[in-house]
Amino acid sequence: MNVMNQMKLSFPSVSTNEGFSRAAISAFILPLNPTVAEVADIKTAVSEAVTNAIVHAYPDTVGTVYIDARITDDNRVIIKIRDAGIGIADVKQAMEPLYTTSSDERAGLGFAVMQSFSDKVRVRSAVGKGTTVRLEKIIHSAYDQR
Amino acid sequence: MVELTYANGALTARLYGEIDHHIAPKLRSEIDMKCESVRPAKLVLDFSGVSFMDSSGIGLIMGRYRCISLLGGRMEIVNIPPTLKKIITLSGIGSLGVMK
Repeated sequence: MNVMNQMKLSFPSVSTNEGFSRAAISAFILPLNPTVAEVADIKTAVSEAVTNAIVHAYPDTVGTVYIDARITDDNRVIIKIRDAGIGIADVKQAMEPLYTTSSDERAGLGFAVMQSFSDKVRVRSAVGKGTTVRLEKIIHSAYDQR
Repeated sequence: MVELTYANGALTARLYGEIDHHIAPKLRSEIDMKCESVRPAKLVLDFSGVSFMDSSGIGLIMGRYRCISLLGGRMEIVNIPPTLKKIITLSGIGSLGVMK
């Protein structure tokens, strides 16, 4: 599997950048000719990961959110969303549906959505160091058009 | 954003654009403010103009359901675009009996 294209982004953890990150990832995957549903899936999964970084990784400060996205020659999109925030003590618990530490109106569905809308989700986190969410999705429509 | 209209005991919130964590608090406060002032028998959330929604939209729906229930009213969700059906299904909101 070879990387055909790659992009890197970094931006402050402010909520206006949730929309920006979705627009950027949509534009990046466009050459694969994804379906409307595939674009919606990737945008939604990225939105959840970026929102988690903004809300949970940097609860009282503004930090930096990093995105590294790659397209491979087997039509895979691999997106890493990384922060250098407070980290997650118990990743397994954080990934349980409806689990939320937020008192705000959060549904606690972030990781469930990422899992449902991607083919693979991997989360690595260290308390005090930060979290990396790796999302992977095959764009099937790219195969169909070959 | 949101357009609010009140007629015959029903408050309709026509949502449009993208619903995420950035915009959800603004939608919540506009809908709740109107809801508390008119105390409708029914709150209708119309998603026909929504082009994107993540789990913040689910939080918005569940919060409005709690709010209208406390006021003694009921809620209906109408015009869900095809691209939002997946997240709505995942959320289990259908079990509240609010989908029309």
